Amino acid sequence: MRFMMIMIPGHRDEADWTPSAEAVAAMSKFNDALTKAGALLALDGLHPSSKGARVSFAGGRGTVTDGPFTEAKEIVGGYWLIQAKSKEEAVEWASRAPAADGDVIEVRQVYEMSDFPPEVQAAAGA
Amino acid sequence: MAAGADTNRAIDAVWRIESARLIAGLARIVRDVGAAEELAQDALVAALEQWPRSGVPDNPGAWLMGTAKHRAIDLLRRRTVLERKHAELGRALESRLEIDEPDLDAAVDGDGVGDDLLRLIFTTCHPALSTEARVALTLRLLGGLTTEEIARAFLVPVSTVAQRIVRAKRTLAEARVPFEVPRGGELAVRLSAVLEVVYLIFNEGYSATAGDDWMRPALCEDAVRLGRILAELVPAEPEVHGLAALMEIQASRSAARIDPSGAPVLLLEQDRGRWDQLLVRRGLAALERAQDLGGALGPYALQAAIAACHARARTAVETDWQRIAALYDALAQIAPSPVVELNRAVALAMAFGPATGLELVDTLRSEPSLEHYHLLPSVRGDLLARLGRLGEARAEFERAAELTRNVRERELLLARAAACAAGPQP
Repeated sequence: MRFMMIMIPGHRDEADWTPSAEAVAAMSKFNDALTKAGALLALDGLHPSSKGARVSFAGGRGTVTDGPFTEAKEIVGGYWLIQAKSKEEAVEWASRAPAADGDVIEVRQVYEMSDFPPEVQAAAGA
Repeated sequence: MAAGADTNRAIDAVWRIESARLIAGLARIVRDVGAAEELAQDALVAALEQWPRSGVPDNPGAWLMGTAKHRAIDLLRRRTVLERKHAELGRALESRLEIDEPDLDAAVDGDGVGDDLLRLIFTTCHPALSTEARVALTLRLLGGLTTEEIARAFLVPVSTVAQRIVRAKRTLAEARVPFEVPRGGELAVRLSAVLEVVYLIFNEGYSATAGDDWMRPALCEDAVRLGRILAELVPAEPEVHGLAALMEIQASRSAARIDPSGAPVLLLEQDRGRWDQLLVRRGLAALERAQDLGGALGPYALQAAIAACHARARTAVETDWQRIAALYDALAQIAPSPVVELNRAVALAMAFGPATGLELVDTLRSEPSLEHYHLLPSVRGDLLARLGRLGEARAEFERAAELTRNVRERELLLARAAACAAGPQP
């Protein structure tokens, strides 16, 4: 099974915020542990929301808003994709992330083709 | 902290993450994988008793290791006392263990987790054990699978697996197999054995068919994970990356290998949109690591390179068959086998025309090991059909249909035979 661990940092998404050396080292160590356990599939960090944009849909149209998203409660900072045998295992990994107070890591299972019923699989095919 | 079933599942998850390292660390202390597993499981029992009340500790791995170490030290002390008693009575020593108190601390702390895991996997794949024993013990101690899960995965009774594991531990103890990483010339051979076990596990999972117990295809994930762990433990060995690459790329095709109705789909007919590009990328990266280390001609690296050729082709038509043929040429020299020759013939046919392939296939007709291998007549039939020799092709497809044990495949082959009988296609 695969899970996405979505990092939702507690700090406000400031364009000039940079992590401390200790934080970087701690995160490196965590990513290393995931790699050594053969569990890490992929990971990425995202540029600050000030460089991003949101497309909001209403009335059949999308409206573009440039970042920063000062009204948003949660801004995604990055994600890991991991292999695990259960949600509990993914949650255990997430619990070990060197997160700061106020951070949240959301754990969600990734859909695989076999999760879908045959008709959907057929539709997804050629 | 949620009580009951939730906590047990959480503890289960911790166990799956920690058990291999725990057993490895303990095995270095007590010099016996059987005793190490027992000590580890004692620690798990303690966790199951205490954590529902106290909550899962911040560092569960350290908690388990600490708990287990105390018992390990007790065990060692008792052994030492026992040895002295035996000596006093003039009887032969049961164990060669002679550890004084100051040395005990050093023995307990050791030189690092990674080395212990490596020692463990070399032990579970030791040549003193039969292949089935190595597979079972590796899945149990490194994969963290239960006896029941292993039994379901390999379609054998639970008691069979249980006995295999018990006997394996006894064999290792009686042969006094040292808990160590092999050195020098021995390393290559022993590593080869480890890789073989991992790939065997992968293939068992890969051969699972639709409708099988889900533990079977899950074996692929277990094997790929072990391959990744090995790549981190022995990063300087190119064939380790070669095997990891091969497995990642083969695993990338899992969703495409079976169509929605459960029938198997041949590689060239698979919907490539279903190939998992994440795994393909990982496989190609691992292959590059193997090649950068100078291991491009290792057997696993070569097989991975062939798989990579398919992975890189966005459609079957875009496949670089000449490159695949060249890679099979290399594989045929480095790790020759009749099956490799047969695959080489297929590649030659795709690259240079069916006549070229048939020339090679014809040399394999008298090969004893391929006598009951349905793919030989199946390939020959295909090449003959492409050359317009339909009568001969039909006979080969019928022969192949007789030899295969797979119902779906038999249907396919008989259909091809019928098509030959119907005459040339427009």
